[in-house]
Amino acid sequence: MTRRLPRKDVVVVGLGWTGSIVALELARAGLSVVAIERGPWRDTATDFNIGTAPDELRYAVRNDAFLPPKVETLTARNNISQRALPMRRWGSFLPGHGVGGAGIHWNGQTWRFLPDDFRLRSKIVERYGEAFLPADSTIQDWGVTYSELEPHYDRFEHVLGISGKAGNIGGKLQDGGNPFEGARSREFPTEPMAPSHAQNLFAKAAAERGLHPFPRPSANLSTAYTNTYGCKMAPCTYCGFCERFGCANYSKASPQTCVLPVLVREPNFEARTECEVTKVNLAPDGKQATGVTYVDAAGEEFEQPADLVIVCAYAIFNVRLLLLSGIGKPYDPQRNEGVVGRNYAYQCGAGATGFFEDTKFNPFAGAGSNATAADDYNSDNFDHGPHGFVGGASMSCGHSNGRPILYHPTPPGTPAWGSKWKRAVRDTYQRVAGVGAQGSVMSYRGNYLDLDPTYKDPLGRPLMRMTFDFQDNERKLSAWMALRCEEVAKAMGAKQVLTGKLTGPWSTVPYQTTHNTGGAVMGSDPKTSVLNRYLQSWDVPNVFVMGASAFPQNAGYNPTGTVGALTYWALEAIIGKYLKSPGALVPA
Amino acid sequence: MRAAGLVLLALLLAPVARAEDAQVARGRALATAGDCVACHTAPGGGDFAGGLALETPFGIIRTANLTPDKTTGIGTWSAEDFRVAMREGVRPDGMHLYPAFPYPYYARVAPADVDAIFAYLRTLKPVANAVDRDTLPFPYSIRGLMRGWNLLFLGGQPFTPDPKRSAEFNRGAYLAEGLGHCGACHTPLERFGSSNNAAYLQANRIAGWTAPNITADARLGIGAWSIEEIVAYLHTGANSTSLASGPMAEVVTHSTSQMPVEDLRAIAVYLKERGAAGAPAPAPVAPNDPAMQAGQAIFVDTCGACHGRDGAGVSGVFPRLAGNPVVVQDDPGSLARVVLGGARAAATSGAPTSPAMPAFGYRLDDRQVAAVLTYIRNAWGNAAAAVPPAAVGEMRSALVARAP
Repeated sequence: MTRRLPRKDVVVVGLGWTGSIVALELARAGLSVVAIERGPWRDTATDFNIGTAPDELRYAVRNDAFLPPKVETLTARNNISQRALPMRRWGSFLPGHGVGGAGIHWNGQTWRFLPDDFRLRSKIVERYGEAFLPADSTIQDWGVTYSELEPHYDRFEHVLGISGKAGNIGGKLQDGGNPFEGARSREFPTEPMAPSHAQNLFAKAAAERGLHPFPRPSANLSTAYTNTYGCKMAPCTYCGFCERFGCANYSKASPQTCVLPVLVREPNFEARTECEVTKVNLAPDGKQATGVTYVDAAGEEFEQPADLVIVCAYAIFNVRLLLLSGIGKPYDPQRNEGVVGRNYAYQCGAGATGFFEDTKFNPFAGAGSNATAADDYNSDNFDHGPHGFVGGASMSCGHSNGRPILYHPTPPGTPAWGSKWKRAVRDTYQRVAGVGAQGSVMSYRGNYLDLDPTYKDPLGRPLMRMTFDFQDNERKLSAWMALRCEEVAKAMGAKQVLTGKLTGPWSTVPYQTTHNTGGAVMGSDPKTSVLNRYLQSWDVPNVFVMGASAFPQNAGYNPTGTVGALTYWALEAIIGKYLKSPGALVPA
Repeated sequence: MRAAGLVLLALLLAPVARAEDAQVARGRALATAGDCVACHTAPGGGDFAGGLALETPFGIIRTANLTPDKTTGIGTWSAEDFRVAMREGVRPDGMHLYPAFPYPYYARVAPADVDAIFAYLRTLKPVANAVDRDTLPFPYSIRGLMRGWNLLFLGGQPFTPDPKRSAEFNRGAYLAEGLGHCGACHTPLERFGSSNNAAYLQANRIAGWTAPNITADARLGIGAWSIEEIVAYLHTGANSTSLASGPMAEVVTHSTSQMPVEDLRAIAVYLKERGAAGAPAPAPVAPNDPAMQAGQAIFVDTCGACHGRDGAGVSGVFPRLAGNPVVVQDDPGSLARVVLGGARAAATSGAPTSPAMPAFGYRLDDRQVAAVLTYIRNAWGNAAAAVPPAAVGEMRSALVARAP
């Protein structure tokens, strides 16, 4: 028996970065807002106590902060000819869980995508011709431009207090910043973090090779900061417990440090945690959402009517909720029709591990986003003509951590256990620095998300099925970037360099990156996008979908900066246009 | 058009009704300044419906239901009944109240203000909540004894402004000495539970917390804080040195953060100008003292990442320890309590973050806690008596006894 609850103006599905910002801004616009979050309430004061937060076994090995696969997992396969099997343990990526979502356990690398990234297809065709597009790719423009997003990037960065150095303010290049970045309206909120010895070696080597090194924009703050909402943050202590951990020092920007303290003070906001939204409900004509149905921890089912439904779960779970709710036409790769699940993409990596002599890098004094980067090989910052691939990668060097369980690099030829391994760990711990590349992944006809025909979740709903593999374009990019990383690592003085690049099919097992994108992409054409340029469903105009699910393809960066900018961009349209005249903001 | 309509409507309202509304509004503001709700609300209970267990040196006293419920609240009281209770500590039925209800302070409140509070309380929704008002053990259970206590200790003098002082000082004095009842916590109690007026505002231990010296003494009190810093502390719960936690966090949350800033400024002026009292600094414990050495090592490992190796803290997030009067109070009770059991800063609109100090009692023993406290009380120019491990042990036992 479903209990029908009193109506709210807005229901927000998921209370991570996007959900907390949406809830706060809409509550402040005078709307009654309820956020429904599947996981538990989490707060710095109660959950990330400095005495227990830096527990590598609990959080980094046993994944305590992540979504338990028994709550929801997905099935995976490399291509349409295979049978997908469920991931019973997370590997390749680690979805967040609970209030704060992935904003709890992220490293904090907070990029702006480049102006070219938002009109990638147009740029490639203009510069190289249509034939240069990878086979079977479905690369498309975003329907929004960098300059439209700039004020919203700026707003998000000032909520987070991002530490960095501008490379371009109002079109004027700035010493020490990234000369390739789109023009900023002003400097970063806080100065860059202190560079490590390895970063200084990288900066020198990269500059000598004609690259343009700069401090990576960081949500681990260099200094104390009071954000635009009045929340306080403390300087990072470089403890190296960022990725997979909640920050106990109020130093890493998260919904907990930046948004929730003010959100919980809004009288017309309510959070319901440990409640899972099972469906966005639609009116009989399917053109209007009437609210959501959710199940609480006791298994009781509720209907929450609302005028506006904002879907703010993790990217791939946004897509699943749309599929389960019948919002938008599911993508069919055989016919290349439909949109929901289309253009799923990921991130590709490459890198070089340098083994040095007579040096001490002190990797334990690290931070998740403290690094020196170079963007010379990213996006379309270089001529792709001779290389035969599109896309690019940000290159960077920095120690995110030197934690005892998972950080023990050893030179090639070292046994995997025993006294020789121990000796190698001890001898090598201080002498390793890596140069890494985080690469773009284009969208392809055969990489997509749909509902699995076989496997179901505990509530009896089909799991999502992920069909994905790296394509030749990404393999070429990865192999080329591995060489570029190797060059810099050698120039840094490494005596021995090991390179890593994409090999074999995509595997669900080793951790790679939690940058899953696409599946509910934004765009200008309802035939190739789920959402219009304001992240509004083309089919059900009182449903908006936030998050990286909106990316038509992924860029060579971490997604969160762009996720935040798109959220404020969509909110401006919701508050400024939609609320005054509810309906489609862009005619279909 | 709509705005004009509202103005017209306002003009048509009966002047009497408007006067009553103004009295209720003033009463609400005064009840806020008095922080009545903090004591007269039990955890999970209705606002002002009473039932909170107050810990006193004489035993537990449960607070009264102030809602206008006719059987369990004050629904049958007259304004005069309320005035007598506030001024003399006697209920309409003749029953004597205990001074855990700080009527010796409220005797200083102007009768018109007491009436306004009563008018406000009358507007509350009646809540039926019968409170057991007789929980004190013998002989304190004999309420009639309060007649004698009142003869001895009750000043009963209404506040009279000091013509030699500024209007702002007098406003501050009226609020702090009357409804604000600052001294009820911050002044040491005599043997029979009266405030020791000779040591007014010179620190006290109450409900397991140290209510620090808030005279203008530069070392122990608020003398080194500017008016603005005192106002910031009362208004938001945070300033560049300190964060309100424990019972003061409740005062800030329910009372001072809701008060007009001009009133907070008046209180700050009063506290800064009314005088300083505090013992001179003792000679600091020597850096080579074994407790100092052990304490420093513990501090570097456990405390320094947030509070800074130099004890400077981070404004609004981690309290400053160097030169913070709370750290060098004679009574290290709050310090021991916070290290053992943790604490959380007040959350206010002006300082919403509400950071927490984690509990370390699970991994630091009494000697270690005593050593690190001795260290922070005698490092960076601080000077205060060494903390004996037994004092930490007593606090640990009290916290364990208090744990749910």
